[in-house]
Amino acid sequence: MIELKDVSKTFTLHNQGSAVIEVISNVSFAVAPGECVALTGASGAGKSTLMRMIYGNYLTQAGEIRIGGLDIVRSEPRDIIKLRRDVLGYVSQFLRVVPRVPTLDVVAEPLRALGVPAGDAQDRASALLTQLNIPERLWPLSPTTFSGGEQQRVNIARGFAHTYPAMLLDEPTASLDAANREVVLSLIEDAKARGAAIIGIFHDAAARARVCDREIDVSRFTPGMAA
Amino acid sequence: MTPLLSVQGITKRYGAHIGCADVSFDLYPGEVMGIVGESGSGKSTLLNCMAGHLTPDAGQVVFDTRTDGPRDTITMSEPERRMLGRTDWAFVHQHARDGLRMGVSAGGNVGERLMAVGERHYGDIRAKATDWLGRVEIDASRVDDRPTTFSGGMQQRLQIARNLVTGPRLVFMDEPTGGLDVSVQARLLDLLRGLVRDMGLSAIIVTHDLAVVRLLADRLMVMKSGRVVEAGLTDQVLDDPQHAYSQLLVSSVLQV
Repeated sequence: MIELKDVSKTFTLHNQGSAVIEVISNVSFAVAPGECVALTGASGAGKSTLMRMIYGNYLTQAGEIRIGGLDIVRSEPRDIIKLRRDVLGYVSQFLRVVPRVPTLDVVAEPLRALGVPAGDAQDRASALLTQLNIPERLWPLSPTTFSGGEQQRVNIARGFAHTYPAMLLDEPTASLDAANREVVLSLIEDAKARGAAIIGIFHDAAARARVCDREIDVSRFTPGMAA
Repeated sequence: MTPLLSVQGITKRYGAHIGCADVSFDLYPGEVMGIVGESGSGKSTLLNCMAGHLTPDAGQVVFDTRTDGPRDTITMSEPERRMLGRTDWAFVHQHARDGLRMGVSAGGNVGERLMAVGERHYGDIRAKATDWLGRVEIDASRVDDRPTTFSGGMQQRLQIARNLVTGPRLVFMDEPTGGLDVSVQARLLDLLRGLVRDMGLSAIIVTHDLAVVRLLADRLMVMKSGRVVEAGLTDQVLDDPQHAYSQLLVSSVLQV
C-alpha cells in the first residue's frame, strides 16, 4: 500500500549561507495493508521528516514514494489533495483549525469533504468524541481553548473519522492518560483489522510493542548519525 | 478533467516596469489557490488581469464557460466578458466600499446582481437577498439599511453575499480579510471555507497573510518582482519552501 524506493531528502537554507543539510538518504521499505510499521530512532533522526515526506508535506529530492499506486514525489498538487482526502490520513502532533469552528464540525470535516451528508458525518464524529471521552458539553466549542490532551484527542477523532486505507500517526498516544491511550490503541487495532496500512511514531515502547508488526530504525538512513 | 481556468503566459508592463511576467497555471473545479508575496510583487496586477479589469500585454486566460466550453476571456467581446463577470465570476475587493453601492440598501446590493441576470420578481429577489444576508450572518432586520451604517466586517460579508448570490463558479479575492480585526477574520474564514465546500467554488485568493492561505488554499504561488518563484501544495510551500525568497517570507512571520 505504501512503498518507498531509494528516497533521499536535503534541506537547502538559502538565507543561512546556503547551507545544505542531508537529512535522509536511500530509504526503501514497504507497508502492506493491515500492517503497522513503527519508525524509531533518537530525536533528530528524521522520523517526523520521513513521515512528512510520505504525506507530501516535505518535498522529496530523490526516489519514489508510492501510495496506492500514486508516486507523490512526482504528482500534481491536485492529485495529492485527492489522495489525502480519500486514501491517506495523517494524525499530526498538533491540531490546526479555523478558530471558532465547533469541535463537532472539526471532527466531521474530513467526511464532509468526501461528500458525506452533514447528519451522518456528525453522527460519526459524535461516536468518536464519545469514545475518546470528550464531554458532550465541549462539542459546540472550538478546540483552540482545550487542554493539550483534549486537543490531541480531538485531533485523533478527526484523523479516524474517515476509514483511510493508509494512515500516518505521529505520536498518537503522547500526552494521553491510560484510559484514553487504551482507546487510541484499540482504534489503531480496528484500523489494522479493516486492512489499513499504518506508519507510526511511538515513543511509548509498550504501545509500540502492542500495535506494531515491525520497526524501522530511521537513524540508519541519517547521514552523519549512523554509527 | 478540463481546468476551470487555464492561465498561460500572462504578462503586464507598466511602461518599463514589470507588473507581472509570464505567469501560467491551471485551476481545476473546487480548487482554492492562494497567491502570496510582498507588496509590489504583482499579485493584484495578476488578479486584475485574470478578472478582466486590466488588459495584459501578452498571454491567455482560458475559462471553461457553461455554454461554449473553454474560451479565451481576453479576446472575447466586452459584453461577453461583462456577462461572465455577473454570472460565473465574482470579485471580492479588499475594500468592501469598492465592491458595494454605498447609497443603496443591503438588500438592494444583493438584489442588484440578481436583476443583472434577469430576475424581476420583487418578492423573490428580496427573499433571496434576505436568505444570503443570513448565510453571511447579517441580521435580516438590517436588510433595508445602507452599508454606510455597517461595520467594516459586516460590509465585507455583505460584499461576499452580493458576489455569491448568483452562484458563481470562480471567485477572485483580493485580500478578503485585510484590515479586519482578527476575530472577524476568523469568522469570515470559516464562512468562506463552508461556502467553498458546499457550493463547490473555485477561488483565487491574493493575500500577504500566510495564516489565511494555510487555512483556505489548497495550492500556493509565491510571487516576487512580478514572477512566480515557487508553486505547490500550500502546506508543502509553507513547511518546506525551496526558493530563497519563500524561505525568507515564511521565516519572517511573527509567532503569536
